[in-house]
Amino acid sequence: MQEMKQGAGFEIVKRKDFSDVTYLLEVRHPLMAKAAKPGQFVIVMLHEHGERIPLTIADFDRGRGTITLVIQAVGKTTKEMQQACQVGARLYGLVGPMGIPSHIGKAKKVICVGGGLGVAPIFPQARAYKESGAYVIGVVGFRTRDLVFWEDKFRACCDEFIVCTDDGSVGIKGLVTEGIKQAIATHSDIDEVVAIGPPVMMKGCAEATRAARIKTMVSLNPVMVDGTGMCGGCRVKVGDKVMFACVDGPDFDGHQVDFDDLMARLRRFVPAEKAALERWQESCRMRSRIDAVETGATDDARSAGAGAQSTRTN
Amino acid sequence: MAKKKTIRTIPQERTPVQEQDPRERAKNFTEVSLGYQRDDALREADRCLMCPDEPCVRGCPVGIDIPGFIKKISEKNFQGAYDTITDTNLLPAICGRVCPQETQCEGVCTVGDVLAPVAIGRLERWVGDLAIKEGWANIPYIERNGYKVGIVGSGPAGMACAADMAKAGCDVTVYEAFHQAGGVLKYGIPDFRLPNEVIDAEIGKLARLGIKFECNTLVGRLFTIEQMLTEMGYDAVFVGTGAGYPSFMGIPGESLNGVLSANELLTRCNLMRAKEFPDYDTPLQPGRRVAVIGAGNTAMDAMRVSLRLGAEKVYCIYRRTKKEAPARAEEIHHAEEEGIEFNWLTSPVEILDDGKKNVRGMRCIRMELGEPDDSGRRRPVPVAGSEFEFEADVVVFAIGTNANPILGQTCKLKLDKRGYIQADENLATSISGVFAGGDIVTGAATVIEAMGAGRKAAAGMKAYLGLRDTDVVYLPERAGGTGKLFGIDLSERGYARVRIA
Repeated sequence: MQEMKQGAGFEIVKRKDFSDVTYLLEVRHPLMAKAAKPGQFVIVMLHEHGERIPLTIADFDRGRGTITLVIQAVGKTTKEMQQACQVGARLYGLVGPMGIPSHIGKAKKVICVGGGLGVAPIFPQARAYKESGAYVIGVVGFRTRDLVFWEDKFRACCDEFIVCTDDGSVGIKGLVTEGIKQAIATHSDIDEVVAIGPPVMMKGCAEATRAARIKTMVSLNPVMVDGTGMCGGCRVKVGDKVMFACVDGPDFDGHQVDFDDLMARLRRFVPAEKAALERWQESCRMRSRIDAVETGATDDARSAGAGAQSTRTN
Repeated sequence: MAKKKTIRTIPQERTPVQEQDPRERAKNFTEVSLGYQRDDALREADRCLMCPDEPCVRGCPVGIDIPGFIKKISEKNFQGAYDTITDTNLLPAICGRVCPQETQCEGVCTVGDVLAPVAIGRLERWVGDLAIKEGWANIPYIERNGYKVGIVGSGPAGMACAADMAKAGCDVTVYEAFHQAGGVLKYGIPDFRLPNEVIDAEIGKLARLGIKFECNTLVGRLFTIEQMLTEMGYDAVFVGTGAGYPSFMGIPGESLNGVLSANELLTRCNLMRAKEFPDYDTPLQPGRRVAVIGAGNTAMDAMRVSLRLGAEKVYCIYRRTKKEAPARAEEIHHAEEEGIEFNWLTSPVEILDDGKKNVRGMRCIRMELGEPDDSGRRRPVPVAGSEFEFEADVVVFAIGTNANPILGQTCKLKLDKRGYIQADENLATSISGVFAGGDIVTGAATVIEAMGAGRKAAAGMKAYLGLRDTDVVYLPERAGGTGKLFGIDLSERGYARVRIA
């Protein structure tokens, strides 16, 4: 009975590919859709042998009973998910919503900044601020025009929307910090900045607002195992304190966070991660070679191959 | 009837147990202790004096009828022995392995006054293992009472409470945040001490009592305790979430890569199976020279796991002496056998950086014992000028845990100043219908103490729900009887307790 419960999994109901590395998954979990608040994250396990990876909730739909995750395929697990997570497939594990929800205070004017994989999770915050009656300036950063997504969703909840691209193919040429500087220059009364993205970007954002002393909240995503405050792997230095991002965060005051420490700790498992990715890619190459051979073979061999594949995914 | 046993007539030596050779086992994750065989169990059972005052029963946190089950072993009624144990403890194969018997049942054993005490733990394990092998389960007739009980946490406290409430006829659901049930038994205790198959077999028996397990559920965040009592229709809730939040010391170098908590090391290795990387995706930084700080059971587990993961040298750093070490005697003994280097009276000062944010070594200071402190143990004080450095690439902190903050953040349960849940003597909390027990109430303790708390909370919960507690037998003489029971003279009692099974 227990086995059944554990193996049931969480169904993927929608998928959208934004680019060759960025993809969106909408997963059915009515209870979580009801409970989720901006700023929270989930932990996903693709299959029984998988690792637990934290992902910030990019959106939730209480009516449809789903949560949305936007994922960048960078390592073994996220690349494997990119292959395996088609509509109808199931995630072995999905737990959350985790972390303290973002505090949507009484700020009257806010800048919501998203860069790279942080563009999606900044969206629920921008929407929440808009719903609270604030004037919302959205700043998002992409490498180039083709990678831009959710522009319509952002425009619907932002009073001003600034797109920054590395190559200037759309919007401002430069990093999101350029967008922040522009917004600060035109508005002298900004109460708060919220930034989500890679650590180096959040560090830049915190530096960009430090001089003007604008409260800047950042969402940290360090290496985690359980996400419930039990392993301490996600500890971060904030001011003179050590905090666990999973239960004390994930939002912290960007001016207090020691980003260099965070970035060093994110490199903890680089050799193992690299080895896992190489090994997996090699196995993918082998499999495609086998598939290529089978295409020319008899129907029997092909169906045997399909059988083997389905055992693997189980 | 055989002649009455005396301390002179019983086998004088405690029956030894087969163990894997230390050099061999330090390289594998299979169980260290191979357990008793049938003849060993019979011989050891014969050492019990069946003394009338039964100190062992009082020494057991859950009050197992120890002489009762040992007697059944002697009578070769092994399933009967299993039934006797499981009347009070549903998880004998687990407890027989991980209880600190030397400070509980075996610590007060009458035989132990003169000879080595009866090996109660080994006997319990043998019975539990036999039951798993034979597929025995002690499933009583359960009459449903319509009450819904929710259990938060599937560790030992939650399991014990769930079992009692299910037996009482409640509809019980256990929630677990991880993807597998078992709590600390799964993520914390390594396979060579408690194999995962044993845990799964024992959990399977709970499922046969009708208990439902819901994994991947973080109570507090997915829904709150208050929602369980209102929207979700639970009549009572037990909170057994454990302590969890690991402590660090606050010395320089703690955020270096290569420094981790024992919880993280053990969870990666045991639950996530990083030891089988890359077949399993979770990585673990390999340590060549590993220093583990602390000398409790968790520290011993962390050291012995590190050794099995391939470390050349594993050091234990503890500021007091072996005598004060909180680990079970057997664990320290096993660790010593396997070649762990113990540094008693040593305290860490700093973790040294290799310049690339990795650990290169540690600086420690020698200690000596001074005046007794609040705990009654002599306080270790640093010896001036005794600092020294040694090489290490992984440093593990196993110095205890603090209360997990999630429930405090998400519900109105009253907490004490350290963040643990406040509970009265029946383990009822500040919210009516909510009970709590185990590490989240007392702070870090043992598996069996958590199970004892789970059972105690179950008793409180039954009283709260108005259910008859089948464990309490009404004895008029204890109730200060007047010679009459319900108006009937005691001498007229013409009924017997019938056991329905």
